[in-house]
Amino acid sequence: MSGLDSLYQQLILEHSKTRSGGDLAEQPATPTGTAGTGQSHQLNPICGDEITLRLRVGAAGDGQSVTEIHWNGDGCAISMASASILSEMAPGMSPASLRRTIDHFRELMRSRGKLEADEELLQDAAALAGVAKYPARVKCAMLAWVAAEDALRQAEAGQEVSRIP
Amino acid sequence: MTMVSTPAWGDAQVSALDDDEVRRIRNDFPVLDQEINGKPLVYLDSGATSQNPRSVLEAEQEFYEQRNSAVHRGAHHLAVEATDSFEDARATVARFVGVQDDELIWTANATAGLNLLAYSFSNASVGRSGAEAGRFALKPSDEVLVTEMEHHANLIPWQELCRRTGATLKYIPIDDAGALRLEEASRLVTARTRILAFTHTSNVLGNINPVAVLVRMAREVGALVVLDACQSAPHLPLDFKALDVDFAVFSGHKMLGPTGIGAVYGRSELLNAMPPFLTGGSMITTVTMEQAQYLPAPQRFEAGTQPISQAVALAAAVNYLSETGMQRVALREAELGQRLVTGLSAIDGVRVLGPGPGEERTGLAAFDVAGVHAHDVGQYLDNLGIAVRVGHHCAQPLHRRLGLTASTRASTYLYTTSGEVDLLVGAVAGIRPYFGVAAPGAKS
Ligand SMILES: Cc1ncc(COP(=O)(O)O)c(C=O)c1O
Repeated sequence: MSGLDSLYQQLILEHSKTRSGGDLAEQPATPTGTAGTGQSHQLNPICGDEITLRLRVGAAGDGQSVTEIHWNGDGCAISMASASILSEMAPGMSPASLRRTIDHFRELMRSRGKLEADEELLQDAAALAGVAKYPARVKCAMLAWVAAEDALRQAEAGQEVSRIP
Repeated sequence: MTMVSTPAWGDAQVSALDDDEVRRIRNDFPVLDQEINGKPLVYLDSGATSQNPRSVLEAEQEFYEQRNSAVHRGAHHLAVEATDSFEDARATVARFVGVQDDELIWTANATAGLNLLAYSFSNASVGRSGAEAGRFALKPSDEVLVTEMEHHANLIPWQELCRRTGATLKYIPIDDAGALRLEEASRLVTARTRILAFTHTSNVLGNINPVAVLVRMAREVGALVVLDACQSAPHLPLDFKALDVDFAVFSGHKMLGPTGIGAVYGRSELLNAMPPFLTGGSMITTVTMEQAQYLPAPQRFEAGTQPISQAVALAAAVNYLSETGMQRVALREAELGQRLVTGLSAIDGVRVLGPGPGEERTGLAAFDVAGVHAHDVGQYLDNLGIAVRVGHHCAQPLHRRLGLTASTRASTYLYTTSGEVDLLVGAVAGIRPYFGVAAPGAKS
């Protein structure tokens, strides 16, 4: 596979068009501060890529899991595909495992291609591993993940606040 | 050699550089001779920063090897030689843009030059330099006028100046084709207008603004004219006196020179009435513990140790340009600009910003590829060894006005071959198919 084709794999090009979860605009607004919901806006000032991502955490069995994720954004194929893939993966994940996945993804992206993707953990997002060889594009791939990390933090903080009587 | 129709600054006897000459010129630029991703480098980002001919690199090295020293200080031999080189460089660059030596102030780049002007006017606005600087002082009822196509460097310093003084910032809008709306300009230039700051040629649109028309409007109301010549000084024959602007700025790295050097031109009587911006060593006459007296321009605006070797190298750069002939460079780039706009706009789904085919344009073209983000366009081209700029090119308001957040820009210079332009055009034609975006009208 040529360098370019390993960056723009078919899966990535498809996700950049289908944009799973990219329907935030059609979702009813959640008042900010709603327990279990977090929303984050991230901007890459270098290229103007932009994303607003909302995520909800709720009870699942004994613990907690991500129940919903929606986003709205404008950007390159890498940033849009990355958001789409994340949106398909995140629902059902516990906050801890989402955080672990984000951490590994970040490490992979920053590795300049030296790290192997943990395909079990990253699932489809492993297709983005090629981005690591293009330092200028790492921010694009990370955009949605940084937004998710921030939204998750807010969602959990909101729950703690709401538990205080 | 092809003769092209003569633009306003042209001389019918002068012809554009031809492909053979360009091939010879390329031999002077070591950086151009390399491969990227196994393909010969096609450098189409000179609008961001240009490459340096060997004579520029050698001038800088020769300075360091033979006369490196502080300037305007000390009486030893090297100091005298360094000072001579530094001031000769000033004279060379001043001549290149048609002004007197003492009207050219060295700065780090054009951005620093525009900030120098804005901060000097700011200092005048709080009463520094007394009555003689009154004409630079802004008050809340005053206005500063810019255009909608400015680079952020010629926008934000004026926004900040207005914040500090209470003056109002206004802008001349553009039409859908990117041209300044001159009927709006004549409405916006009023007795309140104190400064009119605009770019000579846009770094995105590649158009050439009607300097004479705008200067005439400003003169009628007594406004000062600041010209951003960043994209014109490297590519067009320039004479700031003939253009009759009060101030102008440009950057060395865009005109074959090194980074770290740029210049401000100001009419002598204006510069000598303006308060300084940066203060400290090298710009004073008498200093007491309470206050200081300042030297006249240009030293008044050159506090601290200056970019000396960079000035020397920039002089070598303008000598290279003068020897090549700026009219010939400009004619050549006008041809390349036409080749770009004609080739690119013929591709399905590609929209070139600014003047259309056959209309006056410099050697650059920014374009949008429908359905493919500029970042992906740039990545695709880089894979083929083609270097272009992607993003908003420091002109967010302009992009917003054109309904875009980003575009891709190809910009040429005197070392660009027509073959390179054709390679770019051919590559761009492959982008929408690669990304699976159907051309409008084609089957989806
Ligand atoms: C029109 C214009 N103005 C100002 C600048 C700023 O130049 P510099 O970054 O060298 O200060 C540029 C360069 O990008 C430009 O193209």
